Amino acid sequence: MDLVQLQRQLVNYRTSLYHEGFLDEQFTQLQELQDENNPDFVVEVVSLFFEDSERLLNELSKALEQQIIDFKRMDARVHQLKGSSSSIGAQRVRQLCVIFRNYCEAQNVEGCLKCLQQVKHEYSIVKTKLESMFQLEQQILNAGGSIPV
Amino acid sequence: MNWFINGEFKDPKAAILGDSGSKMWFTCWDEISNFSFKIHHQYYQFIGSKRVCKSWWRKLLFSWVIGWTLASVWIFCCICSHATEKRKETLASMCDERARMLQDQFNVSMNHIQAMSILISTFHHGKTPSAIDQRTFARYTERTAFERPLTSGVAYAVRVLHSEREQFERQQGWTIKRMYTLEPSPIQEEYAPVIFAQDIVSHVVSLDMLSGKEDCENVLRARRSGKGVLTAPFRLLKTNRLGVILTFAVYKRDLPSNATPNERIQATDGYLGGVFDIESLVEKLLQQLSSKQTILVNVFDTSNQSYPISMYGSNASTDGLEHVSHLNFGDPFRKHEMRCRFKQKPPWPLLAISTSIGILVIALLVGHIFYATVNRIAKVEDDCHKMMVLKKQAEAADVAKSQFLATVSHEIRTPMNGVLGMLDMLMDTDLDVTQLDYVRTAQASGKALVALINEVLDQAKIESGKLELEEVQFDLRAILDDVLSLFSGKSQDKGVELAVYISDRVPEMLIGDPGRFRQIITNLMGNSIKFTEKGHILVTVHLVEEVIDSIEVETECSSKNTLSGFPVADRRQSWKGFRTFGPEGTMHPFSDRINLIVSVEDTGEGIPPEAQPRVFTPFMQVGPSISRTHGGTGIGLSISKCLVGLMNGEIGFVSIPKVGSTFTFTAVFASGSSSSKEYKSQQINRQSNSVSTEFHGMKALVLDPRPVRAKVSTYHIQRLGIHVEVVSDWKQGLSIINRGNNVIHMVLIEQEVWDRDLNSLGLFINNLEKIGHGTPPKVFLLSNSINSSRENTATGAYDLTIISKPLRASMLAASLQRAMGIGNKGNPHNGELPSLSLRNLLLGRKILIVDDNNVNLKVAAGALRKYGADVVSATRGIEAIELLTPPHQFDACFMDIQMPEMDGFEATRRIRDVEQNINNCIQFGELSVDACNNVSNWHVPILAMTADVIQATHEQCLRTASAMAFFGVNKFRFFPTGAFVFGCRVYIESYA
Repeated sequence: MDLVQLQRQLVNYRTSLYHEGFLDEQFTQLQELQDENNPDFVVEVVSLFFEDSERLLNELSKALEQQIIDFKRMDARVHQLKGSSSSIGAQRVRQLCVIFRNYCEAQNVEGCLKCLQQVKHEYSIVKTKLESMFQLEQQILNAGGSIPV
Repeated sequence: MNWFINGEFKDPKAAILGDSGSKMWFTCWDEISNFSFKIHHQYYQFIGSKRVCKSWWRKLLFSWVIGWTLASVWIFCCICSHATEKRKETLASMCDERARMLQDQFNVSMNHIQAMSILISTFHHGKTPSAIDQRTFARYTERTAFERPLTSGVAYAVRVLHSEREQFERQQGWTIKRMYTLEPSPIQEEYAPVIFAQDIVSHVVSLDMLSGKEDCENVLRARRSGKGVLTAPFRLLKTNRLGVILTFAVYKRDLPSNATPNERIQATDGYLGGVFDIESLVEKLLQQLSSKQTILVNVFDTSNQSYPISMYGSNASTDGLEHVSHLNFGDPFRKHEMRCRFKQKPPWPLLAISTSIGILVIALLVGHIFYATVNRIAKVEDDCHKMMVLKKQAEAADVAKSQFLATVSHEIRTPMNGVLGMLDMLMDTDLDVTQLDYVRTAQASGKALVALINEVLDQAKIESGKLELEEVQFDLRAILDDVLSLFSGKSQDKGVELAVYISDRVPEMLIGDPGRFRQIITNLMGNSIKFTEKGHILVTVHLVEEVIDSIEVETECSSKNTLSGFPVADRRQSWKGFRTFGPEGTMHPFSDRINLIVSVEDTGEGIPPEAQPRVFTPFMQVGPSISRTHGGTGIGLSISKCLVGLMNGEIGFVSIPKVGSTFTFTAVFASGSSSSKEYKSQQINRQSNSVSTEFHGMKALVLDPRPVRAKVSTYHIQRLGIHVEVVSDWKQGLSIINRGNNVIHMVLIEQEVWDRDLNSLGLFINNLEKIGHGTPPKVFLLSNSINSSRENTATGAYDLTIISKPLRASMLAASLQRAMGIGNKGNPHNGELPSLSLRNLLLGRKILIVDDNNVNLKVAAGALRKYGADVVSATRGIEAIELLTPPHQFDACFMDIQMPEMDGFEATRRIRDVEQNINNCIQFGELSVDACNNVSNWHVPILAMTADVIQATHEQCLRTASAMAFFGVNKFRFFPTGAFVFGCRVYIESYA
């Protein structure tokens, strides 16, 4: 019974993520790519995304503290962040990146700072959400169940 | 008008001579002419400044009107003064005439009275006793009154001194009386009593003339001067009319003319007086003259200048014209004058008025015409200007429309590719029959839509003049093979024979626009296929020179001698109107221009004669039902016509209803040599080039009784390097084989022959096997449609291979290879690629993915691995270049466009450069092919990955180092299963 409940919880949780717009169908497609040859594909990709994003966000924060801000480099970073977030389907982060890039192009420091905060915020949310989802999945696997599609 | 102009030009001259006022007019005229000169001057600088000119025109018009108004007023005055002058003259002459006559008549009377005084002096004073008494005098005067028409009475008074009074009174028997009072005269120094008087005035007898004031003065003056003397006019006693009295003195003796007044007084005897009735006198006179009515005559005594005494005439108002004539009645003391006036006021100067008004009206009319003209010109100019603006706008709008169409259709095409791809992939999945049907329908519609959009795009491009032809090297035969394969399915379905024949003289390689050429052919063939239900469709390509040479020769081409035996429309009719064939057709046999003439001949239903003239008009089809039954937009032919035009060619057709149509076009290409590296050779060449070597030196026998069809077959077989002999029946064929000096490797039998005499052919084949010069020749059946049942029943017994038509070099080669067991290991991308699933396509392929984003890289790699691809990842462009430097094992490369350090375009460009270098080295033998994995032409497909769907990126992809494929899709949206992979499939297919 515990397992069934866990599985239902996972499905509900996942659905809520889609509904609240944290994820989009790209994530679904990502999950489709995962098979027995590549069992940890999603986790690998997502953790790669976490590493990447944290590095990028750090660099962005540093760049914005500088006296002279290199907007071009910042733009490239945000572009990367946008690419990876859309690759895993983190929709909200991606949308913020689009706005962020506009600010970079306009060389608007305040806008950039504001955006960076928002991106960080969204990123941390999506990170916790995904981590808790993975935890749930892990629990199910540990309990010997299979992850519902 | 003439008069008017003359008058106009005389007037200023008259004005100079005449009054001073007209001088001003003259200056005015001068100014006007000056002004008009300026305007003329202005006119020549006109085109530049319209506004300025307009104001000049207005000024000119204004001055014109003012000038002519002044002129007409002046003319009016002029004519009026002329009239007045004339009137004055008339009056003067009339007045003078009257005065003269009056004077004459008066003088006549006066002379007579003078004569009478002499009579009295002679007969009264000269005789004693007197011969005249009152009675005699009265009678005489009465009877001679006609001589004095103006005198109403004559009387004679004698001079009586006081000393003689008594005696005189006694003698006469009356006393001398005073005048008016009629009392006896008081004592005076002398008296002048009237002794004789005419009866009319007999009442004056015995009156003393000296007692009247007027008479006394008159008498005294008369005897002093010795001439006739007149009194001032006064009222006559009886008649109460105005009169004057003329008095003559009668002297005792003749006095010398220079006698002194005293002598004259001394010698005076008496006084003769005549009463002149001036009023009646003048009255009579005027009655004698005509035009009494017209003038008024007044006669005045003006002895006293300040008080002229009227003698005759009413005292009418004196204003108006008056003429004064002096009258001389012989009395120097008295002055008289005659004043004449016209009775009527001068008439209205109608002539002057009408003339000047006429001039004014004409001038105004001219002005109006001028004004209207100028206005009209201005309006027309304005309109013209507006038209120009509108025309420009319309043209701009048209261009904009075309551009819009072009852009929009392009934009529609891009997502449509996605849709089609998706549908294609959907068909690969497990679908039930209904679903499959739906998908097929959707795909067919989608394809139709894309075709339509392409056509509209072309039309729009042509209209906006944006269509430019490429100049690349291409293989005409390969293109026609390609088109054939496109239509082969359809033709087989319909049972229509499809064939292509290209003359040997057409060079292998041409330079031009293969895509557009293909489009024309596809269009014409598509039409033919659409409308042909039986018979054949034959495409022939010749050089124009060849056709010209053969025009006379080819007379044996009877209607029966066609590909399928059905009659066709004579294709020579279709190029009747071509300039190339006309006398002025310019042929340059030595230039490298290749004039091709291509005919597409079908045995379809033909075009009705009434629809033939509008065949090339866009969107015009034969009838509205056509588009329903056969589809299409009706712009295909118009596009073809434009394209042919761009290729410096002409298009024409001949069509006979129920027989068929033949479309013919010419096109000019440059001759391309296969060794030339200037032009990028088409990838497609590999196909035909690679197969052409394997069958060199072989011999084939074609069994076909129909020469045209045999020619087509021969053409295709010869392309493989096989020597061909044609025979019309099997006996002939057998005899050739039996000759034995040359080995026949294969025998190709036309299905028609096979069907006709199956048994004898069976014999023939058996014979072939028995002859046995080593291996017996392979037997092939050239079949129009794949019919499995026939294969089973008819050919099953024999070792036959069926080659389905239409014949194409590659397909033919493949069939021959299969049948004769010639391997083709060196050529992995062979012929038609079957419609494999994605997995089959990607399985085992080595693919390089280049992306700077680790996450993306991982996802993309995951997606491709899922389909069994062998994926290698790289994060930088430099790495990709290293990995892709030949020799390598990669089948394709997916490249992110936006990368730091080196973007996708740059990386691709460098990779292409490296490939080109290697290829050149191989070509010139500097590098052995073995060292490069036996690949002689390195060109790895590179696919751009981008989320960017904008046109510019696409174009940059195309520009970048020959074909970096671009599929305008969001790579992330569709990544693992979507159009991205579809794109890669299409790409690999097209490059395979």
